[in-house]
Amino acid sequence: MNKRIKKLRTESLDAQPYLSAERAVLLTEFYKSGEVEKESVPVARGALLKYIFENKILYLGDAELIVGEKGNAPKSTPTYPEICIHSMQDLEILDSREKIPYKAADHIRNIYEDDIIPFWTGRSLREKLLTEVDAQWIDAYEAGVFTEFMEQRAPGHTVEGGKIYKKGMADFIKDIDDAMDKLDFFNDNKALDRREQLRGMRHAAEALIILGKRYSIYAMEMAATEKDVNRKKELETIARVCDRVPEHAPENFHEALQYYWFVHLGVTTELNTWDSFNPGRLDQHLMPFYKQGLDEGTLTKESATELLQAFWIKFNNQPAPPKVGVTAQESATYTDFCLINVGGVKDDGSDAVNEMTFIILDVIEEMRLLQPSSMCQVSKKNPNRFVRRAAKIIKTGFGQPSIFNTDAIIQEMVRMGTDIVDARRGGASGCVETGAFGTESYVLTGYFNIPKVFEIMLNNGKDPRTGKCIGIETGDPESFKTYDELYAAFELQLNHFIDIKIKGNRIIERLWASMLPAPFMSLLIDDCIATGTDYNAGGARYNSSYIQGVGTGTITDCLSAINTHVFIDKSISMSKLMAALKNDFSGSEDLRNTLLFNTPRYGNDDDRADDHLRRIFESFFSAVDGRPNTKGGQYRINLLPTTCHVYFGSVIGALPDGRKAGVPLSEGISPVQGADINGPTAVIKSAAKIDHLRTGGTLLNQKFTPQLLADDAGLDKLVHLIRSYFKMDGHHIQFNVVDAATLRKAQEVPEDYRDLIVRVAGYSDYFIDLSPALQEEVILRTEHADL
Amino acid sequence: MLCLPAVYYLSTMTKSDSTSSLTDAGQGVIFSIKKYSMHDGPGIRTTVFLKGCPLNCWWCHNPESKKLAPEPVKQGANRPFSGFAGSDGKVGRIMTVDEVIAEVKKDEIFYDESGGGVTFSGGEPLMQPDFLVALLHAAKRYDFHTAVDTSGFASAEVFECILPLTDLFLYDLKLMDDDAHRKYAGTPVAPVLDNLAWLARSGANVIVRIPIVPGITDTPENLDSIIRFLLERSVLRNVSILALNHLGDQKYIRLGMENKLGTLKVPSQERMAELQERFIRKGLHCTIGG
Repeated sequence: MNKRIKKLRTESLDAQPYLSAERAVLLTEFYKSGEVEKESVPVARGALLKYIFENKILYLGDAELIVGEKGNAPKSTPTYPEICIHSMQDLEILDSREKIPYKAADHIRNIYEDDIIPFWTGRSLREKLLTEVDAQWIDAYEAGVFTEFMEQRAPGHTVEGGKIYKKGMADFIKDIDDAMDKLDFFNDNKALDRREQLRGMRHAAEALIILGKRYSIYAMEMAATEKDVNRKKELETIARVCDRVPEHAPENFHEALQYYWFVHLGVTTELNTWDSFNPGRLDQHLMPFYKQGLDEGTLTKESATELLQAFWIKFNNQPAPPKVGVTAQESATYTDFCLINVGGVKDDGSDAVNEMTFIILDVIEEMRLLQPSSMCQVSKKNPNRFVRRAAKIIKTGFGQPSIFNTDAIIQEMVRMGTDIVDARRGGASGCVETGAFGTESYVLTGYFNIPKVFEIMLNNGKDPRTGKCIGIETGDPESFKTYDELYAAFELQLNHFIDIKIKGNRIIERLWASMLPAPFMSLLIDDCIATGTDYNAGGARYNSSYIQGVGTGTITDCLSAINTHVFIDKSISMSKLMAALKNDFSGSEDLRNTLLFNTPRYGNDDDRADDHLRRIFESFFSAVDGRPNTKGGQYRINLLPTTCHVYFGSVIGALPDGRKAGVPLSEGISPVQGADINGPTAVIKSAAKIDHLRTGGTLLNQKFTPQLLADDAGLDKLVHLIRSYFKMDGHHIQFNVVDAATLRKAQEVPEDYRDLIVRVAGYSDYFIDLSPALQEEVILRTEHADL
Repeated sequence: MLCLPAVYYLSTMTKSDSTSSLTDAGQGVIFSIKKYSMHDGPGIRTTVFLKGCPLNCWWCHNPESKKLAPEPVKQGANRPFSGFAGSDGKVGRIMTVDEVIAEVKKDEIFYDESGGGVTFSGGEPLMQPDFLVALLHAAKRYDFHTAVDTSGFASAEVFECILPLTDLFLYDLKLMDDDAHRKYAGTPVAPVLDNLAWLARSGANVIVRIPIVPGITDTPENLDSIIRFLLERSVLRNVSILALNHLGDQKYIRLGMENKLGTLKVPSQERMAELQERFIRKGLHCTIGG
């Protein structure tokens, strides 16, 4: 890392996230101006983006090479009151909370109080949404049966493909004009709608050109007064780059990166879509520019690396849009899930790993930034040296890159009906979500709390936390004579709540399509321009909607426990179990220990437990998969929690797996914390019993100590572990190389860390089995390894 | 099967154990099966630990492996004993060959991918000879790479039986001096050396493993004597040195057994590297750890 990058990186790390009122002010001015009433919604939205980019304050930091910020400076964060309004109380919480604060200065609060809140109250999409969904939806939502992604954020889950490297915004405008010419007003009932969408897109394309030109002029002005000769030259280069892109297709490496960055600003300024929007297969997109630069002598490995590092810092400058209401208190991350892909396969299915792949991996390791996150797509066709390189970064213990199975991802998409070439151009984004980059809108609609549904079943349709009947009356569990009767009741409740969720989703989808179309995003994702259809209304070639199942490990262990002890051994009666749950196991420690330690549990390659998971998977899958959304696509499942397993656990009382009330659920498809005691191969075998190919992503987390990966043999075994999981069609695996802090916690709460393996001087064993003195020694060494 | 009956073997080697009915060609006593075992041979392996050992090494970190029969262990709160300590509160479990192999077979895909396999360790696995032979035969039916981790203290006949079924021997060599071996390991050293020499002559694939216990096994006399033995009496050139560890300390407490080296300091990484160099200088291939 050279001096410039060090400086920019430090600035980014040191900058305190704060709220910027600029976007909210410009938005409000524009809506007050009366322009909006004169135009259709899509045209108004396109024109709004133009207004913002015409008027926003530009930021060009000292020593920067890639330019442009969403707010006024690094870590300055805009808000989106047309979607959700931050109340004065929200601003106070954001400003003062201990963890992950966003500073809200007094003058910003004043603007909110005087202008933003009064104007947008009654107009925001969130308010409308909460009045349109029905009472059942509200009850289930409040009980914590599911969450709703689109209640505060735009349905943006998508990733850019390769087309922006071939076409500038001017080319898109030409495409739009061609599409308008082809509109058939005689036969197509939607011709007018399409024309309005296309007009909106045209404004949006022009908006980005304006931003580029303004930056070009700004850089030129700065160059004119710059005394440092080198910096003057750099500013002139920046001016040239921004004059060319985004209006025209990029012609070199620098322009390609800058163009993407402008596009990123366009997407995330238009709406508060997740920053999961990202350049996707970056090594594939950049390789031609890199090669050309080397051939022409205009680029070196070092200069390309520097530009990439400058690009990386740009992502880190963008904290996630802050939440409102209850979620403002709960949300505990600045990360916005941008996940850059490297590796995988080419259009023809051959190995796509190239020189750029390794340069990007070097950048990831050296930058060590929270954002952007990164992942390696590993196909059976990719070489081991690629996986080993990734393993070396994993070993450094900052959780990146995560590892994905390209061959599984492609099969997942093909099963959903995606063309195989489109599938090969895809990958994973966000946490682990499968998608065809550049052609698919794959919207996550909300997490689904499977163990909560189980708890409601145990209480005959009631939520024991509130006493409110929100499910259906499936019978008193003491009346169930067989395990199958109990399971049937659970399945009925599951279908009931999935129905509520999907009905709500279909309302919410239409609200977004009609109230807040995304003309800028529509430029980027095929075939929105060709069909004159907005991204939020189904304009993408593929439109998948996801419901993300959470707590699979917990529910598996619950079912296994009930089946084993109540129905097979008959050693615990249902009434005794229910009484113990009600009292959170107080006074029933022996019973709890039996549940915890004498139950076959998920994560140990034990079919007695894992068969329950297979059954739950089938139930969840058939409840969701293939049902239509309003965008011409279908509902699909994936199994990932982000951090929702913590919230979901907080709304559930004690459960039959021995889990106490309020404790987090199992995370992703990982076993319940501490339930797996047979090492990583057993976890992987258990996890592979899920049919990953019928999901759109699963998340498996593995804990390792740095010592396990200390030598080449350890790294090789990690590669073998990954390859084996992927042979079994596993979708994703990430390695949590644990630090000393985790080991300390393992000392305090050993029962939660029974699966933690440590390497000690050539031997390995479970950490909690070690003598206190040896634990200290390992911790000490771990701390050294962390340095 | 060619082997001598276990009852004969046991009566000659460990008179104190009168539990011969526990182990035969169909079943035996196992105290742990560890997966993702990384230091007991090549690739990703499953190590099957057979219970019972004729030796009594002061530095043993698996004290639960000494007695053949399953034995009671104090249960720590929420801390299951490593390996099997079922609801009966005992460490060690009688398992059939089929049960063991079913468990080993679960990780077949990892062996294929990594060139791994199964390792039979102990205790002293050769102390349950018929069971071990049956396990090796069964493992070979699945083409698994097999390793046997042995103290070498067993009858020559047993080694003859397992040689054709064993791809790799991990062979412990601790002390060359007979008095020292009797004192710290509890048995004469002669059978250990004779069996090792025989394996070498027979073309077995062997890695000699030397525990480094400060002041006991790491004396220049002992190490030079080991080196001389290997160079002069064998064609074996692969050595692995293993540092003393205190992994077993907790187990001694929970088994109510005396831990003679509980406070002995473990050798430093520098010390291990220095010892490694000593072997390499003499023309041996030496690694630290498994």
